[in-house]
Formats: sequence, structure tokens, C-alpha cells
Amino acid sequence: MRLRILLLAGTALLCAATAQAKTLVYCSEGSPENFSPMLNTTGTTFDANHPVYGRLIEFKPGETGIEPGLAERWDISLDGKVFTLHLRPGVKWHSNAAFKPTRDFNADDVLFTFNRQAKDDHPFHKVSGGAYDYYGDMGLPKLIAGLEKIDPLTVRFTLTEPSAPFLSDLAMEFASIQSAEYGDVLTKAAKPEQIDQAPIGTGPFSFVAYQRDATIRYRRFDEFWGPKAKLDALVFSINKDPAVRLAKLRANECQVSAYPAPADLPGIRADASLKLMDQPGLNIGYLAFNTQKKPFDDKRVRQALSMALDQKAILDAVFLGAGQPAKNLIPPTMWSYNDAVQPWPLDVAAAKKLLAEAGYPEGFETDLWAMPVQRPYNPDARRMAELMQSDLAKIGVKARIVSFEWGEYRKRAQAGEHSLALFGWTGDNGDPDNFFVPLAGCAAARVGGGNIAKWCNREFEALVGKAVTLTDQAERAKLYEQAQIIMREEQPFYDIAHSVAFQPMRKNVTGYVMSPFGRHIFDQVDLQ
Amino acid sequence: MFRLLTRRLALIVPTFIGVTLLGFLLIHSIPGDPVEVRVGERGISAERLAYFRHELGLDQPLWKQFLDYEGQLLHGDLGRSVVTQESVWTEFKTFFPATFELSVCALAFAILVGLPLGVMAAVRRGSALDYGLIGISVTGASMPIFWWGLMAVLIFSVALGWTPVSGRIDDLFYIEPRTGFLLIDAWFSDEPGAFRSAVRHLILPAIVLGTVPLATIARMTRSAMLEVLGEDYVRTARAKGLAPGRVVVVHALRNALIPVVTVLGLQVGALLGGAILTETVFAWPGVGHWLVESVQRRDYNVLQGGTLLIAVLVMLVNLGVDVLYGVLNPRLRH
Amino acid sequence: MSATLAVPRSGLFRRLLENPGAVAGLVIMVALIILAIAAPVIAPHGPAEQFRESFLTPPFQQSTFPLGTDSLGRDILTRLIYGARLSLLIGAVVVALSLSIGTMLGLAAAFAGGALDVAIMRLMDVLLVFPSLLLAIVVVAILGPGLTNAMLAVAVVLLPGYVRLARAAALGELTREYVVATRSAGAGVLRLMLLVVLPNCAAPLIVQATLGFSAAILDAAALGFLGLGAQPPTPEWGTMLADALQFYQRAWWLLAFPGIAILVTVMAFNLLGDGLRDALDPKLRR
Repeated sequence: MRLRILLLAGTALLCAATAQAKTLVYCSEGSPENFSPMLNTTGTTFDANHPVYGRLIEFKPGETGIEPGLAERWDISLDGKVFTLHLRPGVKWHSNAAFKPTRDFNADDVLFTFNRQAKDDHPFHKVSGGAYDYYGDMGLPKLIAGLEKIDPLTVRFTLTEPSAPFLSDLAMEFASIQSAEYGDVLTKAAKPEQIDQAPIGTGPFSFVAYQRDATIRYRRFDEFWGPKAKLDALVFSINKDPAVRLAKLRANECQVSAYPAPADLPGIRADASLKLMDQPGLNIGYLAFNTQKKPFDDKRVRQALSMALDQKAILDAVFLGAGQPAKNLIPPTMWSYNDAVQPWPLDVAAAKKLLAEAGYPEGFETDLWAMPVQRPYNPDARRMAELMQSDLAKIGVKARIVSFEWGEYRKRAQAGEHSLALFGWTGDNGDPDNFFVPLAGCAAARVGGGNIAKWCNREFEALVGKAVTLTDQAERAKLYEQAQIIMREEQPFYDIAHSVAFQPMRKNVTGYVMSPFGRHIFDQVDLQ
Repeated sequence: MFRLLTRRLALIVPTFIGVTLLGFLLIHSIPGDPVEVRVGERGISAERLAYFRHELGLDQPLWKQFLDYEGQLLHGDLGRSVVTQESVWTEFKTFFPATFELSVCALAFAILVGLPLGVMAAVRRGSALDYGLIGISVTGASMPIFWWGLMAVLIFSVALGWTPVSGRIDDLFYIEPRTGFLLIDAWFSDEPGAFRSAVRHLILPAIVLGTVPLATIARMTRSAMLEVLGEDYVRTARAKGLAPGRVVVVHALRNALIPVVTVLGLQVGALLGGAILTETVFAWPGVGHWLVESVQRRDYNVLQGGTLLIAVLVMLVNLGVDVLYGVLNPRLRH
Repeated sequence: MSATLAVPRSGLFRRLLENPGAVAGLVIMVALIILAIAAPVIAPHGPAEQFRESFLTPPFQQSTFPLGTDSLGRDILTRLIYGARLSLLIGAVVVALSLSIGTMLGLAAAFAGGALDVAIMRLMDVLLVFPSLLLAIVVVAILGPGLTNAMLAVAVVLLPGYVRLARAAALGELTREYVVATRSAGAGVLRLMLLVVLPNCAAPLIVQATLGFSAAILDAAALGFLGLGAQPPTPEWGTMLADALQFYQRAWWLLAFPGIAILVTVMAFNLLGDGLRDALDPKLRR
């Protein structure tokens, strides 16, 4: 009966294939919010924008390292504060019904993109709501002291302090370059918000059409400055339900599909017409101990609880094999990962003993927070909490599971109202600083900050504080490795897992490279 | 007739204001606000939160927000989606045709099948056909349609491969949305096979959504026909020797239609509720889908504007039913 | 005083038994009630008991799991039996809430008349204009997902039907001689409302309540299906369907059985409601 589906789909495909040569359909998981990466924070929106836009700096395919993009090369001043970027000449813009570009990409576009996000008085600052979350989150309003155009193909960023991850920040999606000229045309037409709905970029594919909750269409951009896309057309077919995405993939209605349900992985592996790629994600799911609340201000208690939790059971029951056991805050694919760190072993007897030493021979009662929604680093927090609850009961710790609506949950956890809370993080730019400082730094331990353990350790702070100012990666790595040893001893977090991303596709898809940032990128993908 | 219409219209105004007020109050009671939901793990600083709340007008007292909202409505402005930044009206216009197309096809299916079945069952009362129809209508009216939709997909799409799993048309076809009604757009497009593909995608959801109305219509038609067939004028017509088919269709059906039309009107609200579930099952990009997502995203403006538009629609349909009722039943005109 | 009610009631049960549909509904209902009460005795396992070595066992293969197991190795049959408890509870609570509040509001509107009448009835009009499921979704969004809140939401949605019915019936009764007589005899309004008028307009309300049972079960299941009703691991049928979504192409039984349970239960109450209506209202009888 599957043969019949295939035949039907096959004939449909053949009919259409004569009209449209080499089209790849990607079954994506949701609708983008709009077509402006700077306004958004979701992976879904970034995926939908990635084919269209280019950035000054790009991440190397499949890696967290960087390579030149719209900036051909760059110079960094000796004090690490002045970044001069030399722009690539002859880069063409896309066009659409409302806009025909008259010039190539230049410094004005860079200024337009960054000033739109930075300056309250920029004519486009308030367009489309003006929420530039990432620009703010990465600390750029404080970090960037000035941005100047030196000549049409040179721009200069001046920073308030040296920052090693700055170039990686420029490779992030929010730094996608928009066209200043398109902005002018739209302003004249009194439709400025179209810049975020009908995007014009310099990327390998140009935007054709978007039908809400149904499809997004792209066409190859033949004047792309780099290696041309191999596909003639790219279609995102939006389907929220993973079972539907899989059914479509099997029927060859799409050739690549996003986020398979862990339960379907064995079936996908067994299917001869499909292949499955996987990659550890750049994320961490953890249990945070509120170190400012009794009894978790005592590290022995934190260590004892860590020895009571069965990490393997969690990985089996909650991640269903789509997770990697964690022992550090950063994932093993990231440079400076300290593989020598030994995780706290599962040892109920030792845990009980340690708890007794800390003054709790009978255990105690506490609350255990679980978020109500599925997150990239935690497929099912409630089920995880139920498992932890029964593990903790074995050492006499009675945990009550607590949950709130997601926005509320985050707010209250960041305010430090919990004792134990499940939480996590997805990395942005592949730099260890992007994990250690926002998750475990002293500044983030304030009420409302992202350090859910509310943990502030001078020794740790000194190490990560020094590391960010250095430009030599080997030297930085040494400092971060030490920081991880301190974290293991202090145990402000029980590191649970790094979820593994799986990417199913049809056998005839070639050239697909998984992105460590979880993007779905089709620049060099081909169909055999 | 005219008096009836004006009286109905006069009643609509307070209902409309009530709808806007209730909608506003309900939606603003939903905990969590759009800014908080959006920011995720990263969180947001107090001053930026304050800035966005100010931009969205959420820092105003509730009564002021409501008055501003009413003022906006008077200017025909439903506001912008907090999430996509598109205007609510534009979004509604892109989603509504999908829901409308689905609902019309579902209703057409329900009427085309349900009406003749009801008539036949009434004419052959007590036959196997009659009992079969009663069975079908009881089952249909009790059907949890989200489940029925999934079972239909499982049987007809996955196992038998007769129809596609979901969506409105094969992804490879690109049909410029001129009217937004895909059947019409596909018919006039130059892509070969597009219309066929659109029809194949529509069949299953339309049948699923049409199931409950089908059951109701068949049952109402049957009982209304039974009543009418027993009345004197029908017996007289029969006695005069008119062809039985003519009696049934011309005399009886016309009068039997009155309660059926009323029920049909009442079905519109239920149909929209069913559309929410059907659209969820079939990933049908319609209004129901849109509103459910907006609840999750706390998109106040979309929810407010969307529910208002739907409510207005239901009010208009009810008005239409009243008018139709008047046309079908001359006794009510005065 | 209850002379008008006494006539239909005397033959009510007999007439109900003449209707095969109603009998079928009654039988199913009694069976469900027995299942619900005796669930711990009848059910082969515990509703949340996980058999880690038997994930997704197909039905009719192992005698320990006659209807198979779900993704966590829980026995489907057991969960369906415990689910009957929830469905009956949902139906009962929702009907009790909407019937009592709706009747009160309807009677109040009929007796008070004037501004209160207009206010209540306009509010009901407004509630009726929102598609019921959408209204329920919004109410659940306000109160937060969960079984109790889902029941409240469904009760709100079903309210207008009772209010309208109670008001119309009461208005009809108010002009009757016996009411006028009691009134002039100096009976208090509350007494009149509850002891005289209410029993006499009970028939349509009873029918509506029986049909409301099925509407409540159906709507609560729909909310569960959308993830807004009872939360896992509660064995509510709609929630079980939502759980099954991930697996439905691989394990049809996860989807089929809870759906059939919902269908049969809803059908039972619909049949019974129809039967009651026919029996109570001789005019509508064939």
C-alpha cells in the first residue's frame, strides 16, 4: 500500500516536474513570524529567512567557526576595540515587483541594518514593532560605541571594550543585511513595513511568495556572489504535526523534513528510501538549584541530589535516545569542553550519607518546577519531573511538581522564586562565553537575570571575565576548562542532557550539512 | 418583512457592543502578555518590557484601552498582529477564504446528501432505508469530529492512498491567490492538474466537517417531511391524483424546508467550531487554525479582531436566516 | 399543583421503554456507570501503571493487554475504563453547573422582566454569537488548562441554552391560571419561582440536560484533544487522543479505541435524550 502512495505521489511529481525543474520541498514545522531576522528570535523564522539574506560574516557550513561573508576581510586593532571590515564588491541585490535595485551592496546597507536596530531616531526603527531582541540580548547597545562608513566598501565598528565573540555575533541571523535602497523605495511608496514582509536580500535564493501556514517559495538567485545554489527552486511546506511531515516525506511530497518525533526514528532508520543524519545540538537542559535558598546554599546538598538522579533513565524515557548525557554546561562539540570532568555518579547510599552530613538525615520537602512547554533542550519537562520526583524520594527528598504558563514560568524562575527548576539554553554564536556568562555569571544572578541557580562565585567569575577579553582561543580555552572544574565541585546546576538533532531526508538528497545552531540550510543542497 | 428586518438590525447594535466588550475583557484576562511569551529563555530587561508594553498600549488602564479599541473600530481599524506585524484585516482576508471554501463544500455535501436521504426516508417510512438513516444520523450527530478526521486520514490517506494527507493543494503548484478561493483560482490558473489537486485535497476535510450537519439535516428533513406529509393539503393533492413525486417535491418539501433552514442557520456557529478542529487535523490554513495559534501566542489584537469578525459573521448569518425564514413562510411576514 | 406534570410522568417510563433507541442508550449508560464505579475491580491494571518492557503492544495479541498498550506501556483497556469515570464526572458537573445557573438566570429574567431581563438575554445573545469551541478555548486560556477549568469553560458555553429554555418555559407558565392564583394568594416570588413554576417547566430542561451531557463530554474531549483539557497522565479520553497524535500512523489502536469510547458514550446520551423528549412531549411523538 505504501507503493501505491509512492506511485500516486510520483505521478503528481512528474506532472509538476516538467513545469518546475529541480524543486526541493522542505517540510518545515511552523510559520515564520515575518521576513526580518532582526525582529525575531525563533528558529522557524530564522530558517525561513536564511535562504534570502546574507551577513557580513558567515558561520562555516556545519561548524561554529566563522568565514568571510559580505565582508571579504577585516582588521582588528591591537587593543581589540576597533574592527574595520572591508566589504565585498559587486554583490547584487534581489529584485521584486516593487523594487529594482540600481546599485550593488555597499556600506550604506550595513549602516541601515545596524542603525535600524540601534538608533531610536532611525526612520525604520519603529517599523514592524521595533523589537530588536537579539541585538539587545547580545549586549550590542552597550558594546558598540560607534559605526562609521569609511568609504563605500569599508565600515568600522568601535567597541567600548574588547570582545572576542563580536565577529561571531555578526554572523548571527539578526545581523542579516537589509537593503537601504529598498528601504527608500518603500518609504516613498508609504509601505515601509513591506521590508519585513516581502524581503530583499543578497542570499543564494530570492523570495517568491508566502502563503500563511501553507508554503514559502524561493527561486535560485543567479547573480549570487558565491557558489550558486544547485536547486532551481526551494519550497517550505509548513506542517505542525510531525506525523504529517513524516507521511509527506515517505510519500516524496517533501524531500527533507524538520524535527522528526523521537518515536518515529526507528521507523525512519528502517525505511530504505530515507536517510537520517544526526548532530549533537548546541544546547543544555539542566536542573537549577536555587543557591540562595536553604538548603541549596550548601553545596553538599546539591551534590547529594545530583548523586540521586538517574540520568540514564531520563535520557531513555524522556529523550527516547535523542539526547546525549551532559556533565558540563557547554556541549561537547564546543571548543574548551572539558572532557576530563567526572560527573557525579549515581549512588543513592553516598547521596544519603552526604545529605546526613549536611544535616538532613531524614531528607526534606521542596518544590520542583517543570515548564509546561516543549523546548529544544527538553522534549517533556513534566515527564522528566515525574522521574526526578521518584528518584529524589529514594533519599527522602519529597518534591512537589510546580508549573506555570510559560511566560510566567520564566519570569518567576528568573526572579528566583523556585527551589529546584528545570530550565535550559540554546547557544547563539558557538562561543563558550554565550553559555557561561548568561547562565552562571554574577551579573545574571540578580533578580530577573538568566542565572536560574542565582549562583555567584568569585573564582569562576574571574576566569570567565578574563577569557572574554582575550583573542587567543587556546588561552581562552584553558580558562574555560578551569571554570568547568569549579562548576563540577560547586554543582549549581545538575546538567541533564544535550539534545541531539535528527534530520531525515530522502536518499536522493545530497550536499545537506547540518548546522550546529539548528538552522536548516539549503544553499548547496542538490537532488540526484 | 421590512419591519422585521429593521427590528433585527436594531437588536444587532447592542449585541455588537456586547461582543466587543466581552471579547475585550475575556482576551485581556488571559494570563501572560505577548511580550513575555515572545522572549523565551533569554528574558527581557524591565525597561525594555516597559517600552514594549507602552508601544502596545498595554500600560494604559483597561477602560482606556477599551475606549481606544472602540475608537479604532469606529475607524474600521482592527489593529495589527503583535506577532507578525501584519494588519488583522489583511490576515483575516488571507485565512477566511480557506475556511469559507471548506465550510461551503461541507455544507453542500451535507445538503446534497442529507436532504434527499431525509426525504426518501420519510416517504418510505419504516423501511430498511429509514432505519439505516436513523442509525447514520444518530452516529453522525454524536461524532467527535477531530477523531473522525484522524481516522479518515488513517484509512483513506495513509492506508488506501486515495487522498492526500493534508494541506489545500500539492506544494509544487503555485497558484496566485486572486480570489483566495483555491478551487476558483486553480480552475483559472494555467497549471495543469492544479484544480484536480485542489479538489482531491478538499474532499476528505469537507466530508469530515460535513458529517454533523449531514446528520442534523437528514434527521430534520425526515421529521419535517413526516409532519407535512400527514397534513390535509398534501393528502388533498394526492387525492387529486397529482404525481406522488410532484407532491413530495413541490408541496411537501417546500414547507418542510422551513425548520430545516432554521437548523441550518443554527449550524453555522457549530460549523465554525467544527472548522477549528477540522483545520487542526488537516493542517488547513484557515481562520480556526489562525485563532488557535493566536491564543498560544497571546496575540491580543488578532484574537480580538478575529473573534469580532467571526461574531459579526454569525450575526449576519442569523439575520440572513431570519429573512429567509420570512420568505419561505409568508405567514410570518406580518 | 403538579397535576400537569403528573400526567406525562405516569406513562413516562413505559413510553421510554417502547423506544428501542432510548433503551439502547439507557443500557449503555447503566453499563458505563457500573464500569466507572467498579473500575478498580474490573480494570486489569492501574491507570498510570507503566510496563516498561511492553511499549506500544498491538491489541488482541497479549491477553494481559487486550486492547494493547500506549507509548509508555500503559494498558489501554484500563485507561478507557478509568476514563469512563472522568467522562461521567465531566458530564455530571457540567450539566449540574449550567443547568442550575442557567435555570436561575432564566427564571430571574422571566420573573423580573424589564432591565434585568434585557441584560441577561443580551448577554446570552453575545455568548451565543461566539462559536462555542472558540469561547471554550479562550476561557481555558484564561483559567489555565486542566480538567476543572475545562469543565467550567464547557459549562459557560452551554449556559445560554438553559437560560433561554427556562425563561421561555417560565414565561409560558406565568400567564397560567394556577400561577396567577398562587400569586394573588400572596406567595413569595422565590417560592413561586422554585416550587410552582420550576416543576412545571422541568420537562424541556430535563431533555436539554440529557442532551447537554453528551455535548459536555464531546466538548471536554475536544479541549483535551487540543491539549487544553485534562492533563496527562489523566486517562481522559480526549487527552488520550492528543497523546496518540504522535504515534497514530504507527499505532492505530491508540487512536481508535478512545474515539470509539467517546462516540458510544455520546451516542448513548443522545439516544436517551431523544427518547426522553419524545416521551415527555406527546406532540413530538410519532
